[in-house]
Amino acid sequence: MSENAASNAPVNEIDIEITPELVAEHGLKPEEYEKILELLGREPTFTELGIFSAMWNEHCSYKSSKKWLRTLPTEAPWVIQGPGENAGAIDIGDNQAIVFKMESHNHPSYIEPYQGAATGVGGILRDVFTMGARPIAAANSLRFGSPEHWKTRHLVSGVVAGIAGYGNCFGVPTVCGEVNFHARYDGNILVNAFAAGLAQADRIFYSKAKGVGLPVVYIGAKTGRDGIHGATMASAEFGEDVEEKRPTVQVGDPFTEKCLLEACMELFENDCVIAIQDMGAAGLTSSAVEMGAKGNLGIELNLDAVPQREEGMTAYEMMLSESQERMLLILKPEKRKLAEQILRKWELDFSIVGKTTDNLRFKVFHKGRLVADLPIKELGDQAPEYDRPWVEPKVQPPLKPEDVPAPADYNDALLRMISCPDLCSKRWVYEQYDYLVQANTAQIPGGDAAVMRVHENGKAIAISCDVTPRYVEADPFEGGKQAVAECYRNLSAVGAEPKAITDNLNFGNPERPEIMGQFVRAVQGLGEACRVLDFPVVSGNVSLYNETNGRAILPTPTVAGVGVLPDWRQMATIAFKREGDILMLIGGHGTQLGQSIFLREVLGREEGAPPPVDLAREKKHGAFIRRLIRDGVTDTVHDISDGGLAVAVAEMAMASGLGASVDTLPPGSPHVALFAEDQARYVIAIAPERLEQVMMAAAEKDIPAAPIGRVEGDRLKLGEVIDLSVAELKEAHERWLPEYMEAEL
Amino acid sequence: MQSVVVLFPGINREHDMIRALEIASGRKPHVAWHTDTALPKGVDLVVIPGGFSYGDYLRAGAIAARSPIMRAVIAAAEKGVKVLGVCNGFQILTEAHLLPGALMRNAGLKFVCRTVRLRVENDSTFFTNRLKKGDILPCPVAHHDGNYYADEETLKRLEGEGRVVFRYAEGTNPNGSVNDIAGVMNERGNVIGMMPHPEDRVEALHGGDECLPLFLSIVEEVAA
Repeated sequence: MSENAASNAPVNEIDIEITPELVAEHGLKPEEYEKILELLGREPTFTELGIFSAMWNEHCSYKSSKKWLRTLPTEAPWVIQGPGENAGAIDIGDNQAIVFKMESHNHPSYIEPYQGAATGVGGILRDVFTMGARPIAAANSLRFGSPEHWKTRHLVSGVVAGIAGYGNCFGVPTVCGEVNFHARYDGNILVNAFAAGLAQADRIFYSKAKGVGLPVVYIGAKTGRDGIHGATMASAEFGEDVEEKRPTVQVGDPFTEKCLLEACMELFENDCVIAIQDMGAAGLTSSAVEMGAKGNLGIELNLDAVPQREEGMTAYEMMLSESQERMLLILKPEKRKLAEQILRKWELDFSIVGKTTDNLRFKVFHKGRLVADLPIKELGDQAPEYDRPWVEPKVQPPLKPEDVPAPADYNDALLRMISCPDLCSKRWVYEQYDYLVQANTAQIPGGDAAVMRVHENGKAIAISCDVTPRYVEADPFEGGKQAVAECYRNLSAVGAEPKAITDNLNFGNPERPEIMGQFVRAVQGLGEACRVLDFPVVSGNVSLYNETNGRAILPTPTVAGVGVLPDWRQMATIAFKREGDILMLIGGHGTQLGQSIFLREVLGREEGAPPPVDLAREKKHGAFIRRLIRDGVTDTVHDISDGGLAVAVAEMAMASGLGASVDTLPPGSPHVALFAEDQARYVIAIAPERLEQVMMAAAEKDIPAAPIGRVEGDRLKLGEVIDLSVAELKEAHERWLPEYMEAEL
Repeated sequence: MQSVVVLFPGINREHDMIRALEIASGRKPHVAWHTDTALPKGVDLVVIPGGFSYGDYLRAGAIAARSPIMRAVIAAAEKGVKVLGVCNGFQILTEAHLLPGALMRNAGLKFVCRTVRLRVENDSTFFTNRLKKGDILPCPVAHHDGNYYADEETLKRLEGEGRVVFRYAEGTNPNGSVNDIAGVMNERGNVIGMMPHPEDRVEALHGGDECLPLFLSIVEEVAA
C-alpha cells in the first residue's frame, strides 16, 4: 500500500452522512461520539464509526463492569494466565496446563436458537485452542423461560441441538451443565458455554503482538456478511422487533472449526506463531485491535487480501463481519512457507492481510484507499469506562422455619420436587451430547462434577457449573458467594482440589441503578468467596442488557470451576455402591427454607432470604470431604443443594438403584430437616467399620458429622414420613423433560 | 499385526481407536491421510474410525467414500485385507459399497449418546472370535445417523448367511435399525462395520473393559 494514501485522511467508501441517528443506531451515546470527535479531531468515516461501535460496545469493552471486575482475586501460585487473554490458564503439574473459559451467547440464541448456541460453542472452543490448548471438555449452563411460555420448547430444542451439532462434530465431549427454567427468562434465555483444553504449560500462546513489520496473517474460513453488528446487538435490550435481528446471528461450521483446530495445533508444534487471536465478537476489528493494543504496536490491514465469501463487500462489512472459524495471527516470517503448507493441507485459507507497525495507529486500506486511521490504544485497552450509579439492592428478610408449614403428603412433596423442571433428570438433554469422544470421560453427566482423565498416570480434572439465580435475586451478595461455594462443593464432592473458576455474569441493564446494584453486590460476593476459598477467577465474560421490554432476567452470575485429582481412580460418585453402607450427614441438619425448592415447588412461594454462606465452614468441610475421598474412606459423596437432604439422598438412590433408610432426624417437624438448603453440607456413604474413624476425624476438626441411616433394599425411607420405591422415584425423575419436549404445541 | 487407521478431515474418534488398538496389540497403528493413494506396505488391518468426515455435509460418509485413499482401501479389501469401520467408518464403508445397506437418520431424529447392550450374533469373525454367540456387552453409541436399513432381499441374505455380527439387545435399539442390526460384515467376512463404539469401552475408566476382547480378537486373528 502506498505511503501517499497513508498520509491522507481516510476516505468514506459510502456516501453517507454521520447523523445523530446513525450514531445512535451504532449503539454509541452522544457523549461517546463527542469523545470520538475529540480523539480524531475530525468526523469519523462510516467504516470508522462501525469500528468504534464494535470496540466500544459493552460486550467488547466491559465499560460498565471493568471497575468491579478489577476487584476479583485473580492470582494464585498455580495461575499461569488470569483474565484479559482469550482464556485463563492454570498449572496442573507435569508441565501440563488447563486453559478454560466460559462465555455467553444469550441474545443470538434467543433469536436463532440452533445457530446461536452452536456458534457460542464454536467461539469458546476457539478461545481455548487459540492459546495452544486442545479442547478436552465442554460444558454449558442454560436458562430458559417458564415451560408454559409459548417459545420455551422451541428454544430448548434448538439450543440443545445447536450445542450438540457443533460440539459433537468438532469432537469435544460435552460433559456437564445446568438446565433451569424460570419465567424471568421468558424473553431472554441464557446460553453460557464453557470449554477447557489441555496445553503444554511452557507452550501457551497469547494475543499480544511482538515485533514491528511482521506479517499479520488471516487463516480459516472466508469472510461473509453474516453477523454484522453481532456484538452491538449483544449489548442492547430486546424490544418487540427482536425477530428482525435474525440476520445478525452467525452461522457455524463445526467441520471447518475442527480443521482449524488441527491446523493451529500444527502451526504451534512447528513454532510458526508469535501471537494469535481468534475472530470472535467484532471479528477482524477486534482481533486486530487487541493484538496491536496489547503489544503496544500499530496494525495496518489491507482488506483486498481478506478471503471473501461474497462479492462487493465494503470495508465496513468486512471489519464488522462475525463470520465464524477465523483466526488472525502474527507469523514468524521465516515460517511462511511451512504455515501455508499446513493451511493448504487442511484446505483452509491463508492470507497475509497486513503488518505490525510502530505508530500505534490502526489503519485499514481497501482498494488502495485508506478507509480508517484510528488510535489503537483508545480503541482497545483504553476504551471508555463508566462508574455507573448503583443502589444497594433490597434484600429479602429471613424466613423463620416455623412460618413454613409441613406438606400434607411428604411422598407427594418429594416426588414433585425431583420431577420439577429444575430438578428432574436432564437425560433428554445430555444424551444429545457426545460426552464420550476422546475416551477420557471418567464421570459422565448426572453427578456432582464431570471428571476427565488428562494424563496417562491417571491425573484428572473435574468441572462443575453452578449458580442459584433465585438466591442471587433475593440477596445478590450471599447469592454471589453461594455460586462459588456450590461449585467448590461439587468439585470437592468428586474428590478434586478446586483450583480456579471462570465466571459468566449475566445481568440486566446496567444503566438502571438497581440492576447495577445487583451486579456490584454479586461481584463482591463472588470475590469474597474466591478469596476465602483460594479459588481465583482466571477468565470470564459479562453479559448485560438481558432484558426484554424493560424486564430483567434473574441476576445470574454463572460460575464454572476446575479442580484437579491426582488419580481419577480415587474419585467419588453420587451413586450408592453397597448395601449396608452407613449414610452420614456432614455439616449438620439445616433450618433454612427461604428460597428453597420445597417452598417454591410444594408451597408455591418464592420468598425469604437464601441460606447464608459461611465460607470458612465451606473451606473446612470441603477439605474434610476431599481428605476422606483421597484416603479411600469413602467413594460415595453428594453435596446438599437444591431440595435439601431429601433430594440429595433420593438422587444417590436413583443413580444406583439401591434404596436407603434415614432414621435419625432431629426432633420437630421433619420437613425442615429434609428440605432445608443450608450450605456447606454433604451426604456420604461409608463402610460401617469406618464410622468411628470418620466421627473422630470430624470431632477433631469440629465438623458436625453424624450417621443418619444406611444403604439398603430398593426403597427410600426418610424418617416416618417418606417411603417410596427407588423405581417410582426414578420414573418420576425421568419423566418430565421428555414428556414436555414431545408434547404437541 | 500391522494396522492402519485411515483419517479424513472431520474424523474425531481416531485417538480413541488408536488407543484401543494399542491397548490390545501393544503396537501403534500406522496412519493414512485421505489424499494418500496407497496404504502402508504390509498392512493386514485397515480401520476407519468415527467422526464427521467432511462434516457429513452431504450424506454421512458419502464424500469420504469417494476420496483417493478409499480406492486403496477397496483394493485392499478385494485382496482379503481385513477392514473395520466404526460409526462414521461404517457409514463410509456402506457408501463405498464395501458393505450392503445404508445408515439413515436415527428414528428419534436426534443425536444419541448412551450405553446400549450389544449381542454378539456371529462369533467366528475376525472381530468376535474371542467371544461367544449370545454374549452381551455394554457398549456406547454416539451418532445421529445410525438407523440401519437394507432391502428385504439383502436382509434375508444377511440374516441367512450369519452376516449380522452385532444386534442391539434387550430393547436398547437406539436408532430404529431394522432387525436391531448394529453391525454387519461382507460376504467374504473380511469387512465389518458397526455403529457402536467398542473403542470407548476397553478400560476401567470407561466403566468397564467388556469390549476389549473384540480388539484382542483382531490381534489373534491377524497374528495367526
